[in-house]
Amino acid sequence: MAQKKFVVGCFDDEKVLFPAVKQVRTAGYKIQDVYTPFPVHGLDHALGMRETSLHTAGFIYGITGTTTAISCISWIFTKDWPLNIGGKPHFALPAWIPIIFELTVLFAAVGMVMTFLWLCQMAPGVKKHHFHKRATDDLFVMVIECTEKTNAEDLKALLAANGAVETDIQVAEDGWWFGTYDNDNEKLYKQVAH
Amino acid sequence: MASIKEQFEIPGKLKTWAYALMGIGGAALLYGMVTKGFSKDEHEQVHFWGTLMYNTIFWTLVTNAAMFFLCFSTMAQAAWIQSFRRIAEAISTLVPVFGAITFAVLLYVVLGHKHHIYHWLDAEAVAKDPILRGKTGFLNPTFFIIWTTLAIGLWSYFGYRMRQISREADENPMDLATATKFNIRSMTRSGFFLVWFGLTVASTIPWLWLMSIDAHWYSTMYSWYTFASSFVAGMALIALWVIYVKNKGYLELTNQEHIHDIAKFMFAFSIFWTYLWFSQYMLIWYANIPEETVYFKHRVQGPYKPIFFLNLVINFLAPLIILMKRSAKRNFTLVAFMAVLILFGHWIDFYQMVMGSLMKEHVTLGWLDFGILGFFVGLLILMVARSLASKPLIAKNHPFLKESIIHQV
Repeated sequence: MAQKKFVVGCFDDEKVLFPAVKQVRTAGYKIQDVYTPFPVHGLDHALGMRETSLHTAGFIYGITGTTTAISCISWIFTKDWPLNIGGKPHFALPAWIPIIFELTVLFAAVGMVMTFLWLCQMAPGVKKHHFHKRATDDLFVMVIECTEKTNAEDLKALLAANGAVETDIQVAEDGWWFGTYDNDNEKLYKQVAH
Repeated sequence: MASIKEQFEIPGKLKTWAYALMGIGGAALLYGMVTKGFSKDEHEQVHFWGTLMYNTIFWTLVTNAAMFFLCFSTMAQAAWIQSFRRIAEAISTLVPVFGAITFAVLLYVVLGHKHHIYHWLDAEAVAKDPILRGKTGFLNPTFFIIWTTLAIGLWSYFGYRMRQISREADENPMDLATATKFNIRSMTRSGFFLVWFGLTVASTIPWLWLMSIDAHWYSTMYSWYTFASSFVAGMALIALWVIYVKNKGYLELTNQEHIHDIAKFMFAFSIFWTYLWFSQYMLIWYANIPEETVYFKHRVQGPYKPIFFLNLVINFLAPLIILMKRSAKRNFTLVAFMAVLILFGHWIDFYQMVMGSLMKEHVTLGWLDFGILGFFVGLLILMVARSLASKPLIAKNHPFLKESIIHQV
């Protein structure tokens, strides 16, 4: 639970947003994130974000599922409790493939969803600070975290010069918390006077 | 878009290759026809006509899959295909050509009373056989010929109509009203093709042409299996041509985003093919009823065992492992390599589907197969290249073209 200082710039058009992202990055600021009402093609690339590793994790979960299924079924049907099912061999691979497939999919799917929630810090009851309410409606909200060296006023001016329709400086909770917005906002977030 | 090269010129080397393949393949085909096709030995006859049959059917269905791809994309209003749609159109112009050859071969087999290929042609055996008697309403020469004619004829006709409407996008820019009308007309035309495709390729045609070789045996998976096989090979063929034409300096508007999506189709439908392969196999393996296992006996335990499992390795394991990564699907060289592998794999699949039933005692894969394959590949290269050269490479006033240019995966 740590409060940090952010400079927030709001844009109302993708066409303005992209050059602004480029300008802000060229000026040497590190953009924490841009909150958009809908997925914007190429924005992750413009922000210089690295490719997600979620699919690698998914592959590993899938392989784990396959291994679990094969080892479990083969142990049960050949060592632990061999049964004669329709005169088939105990090691009846074709009959197991649907189960192996299902467990692979199950492990991969559930594992990836869990990992995704973990990476995005999402869970029931978990709250995160909203930099601007209209980020879910029609505004593209660019958030830049301030360091000791950052001159917030300069940055605000830079954002405004690059087409931000609204800029402000916020001191806000960086991580997540349990609770509600109404009761917690007072102590977790305050808007710095202009 | 002034810098776009619209006119494809056939490279001399490609022509040389096509003629060389057609020459060598044609020689093998003729030699095979004289020594085997018209020989007195019925075994030799079955070898030749069976080999010719699976090749013609394979290439007809594969080229037809290109038109299927265009039609379902049109139906889904998919914009990304527009920058390379002329490639798929050019491949689909082969349907009447390969279709005519298939028709001639099948006509010869049916009217020539080759009951060693189609057992149901043998009227005496059918009269004594209650199972075949029950199938005579479907498996009889008259219905076979009528349905084959209709199938090939209507694929060609509906495909021709689709290509014609695409040409309208060459001329003048469309305003909104014209574009909307154009879109609805395209969708209507693709609808005709899709319905007919469902009634033929996805159901009746594989039953008639291929499954009836094992006249007693049937599988409800068979048509879907054949369709999946030909469709994934069709996507591979489109990928190969797109990459080839792009490497020659054309198709400036097609880039790795489009290749990525084509490779996704190759990947996904390889898995889909395996799903059907396995479903067909497992149900029969599990039930273990002799009249059903007869199809797999000599394939899984007999001489066709290596080919049967090679089929699974090439068509399932290789695409699964190699095409899984995003970067692999965006790599032109790798996609081209996988396209060749998948085409070869499904050709082998058709080989074992037909010859595995006709030549149960030994695997016949040899000079005749590769000769005929060479002939068809040569013909395909030549005709597709000619078709590409005969019209602009890009439908430049297609209402969806812009979406295709900015396509991003």
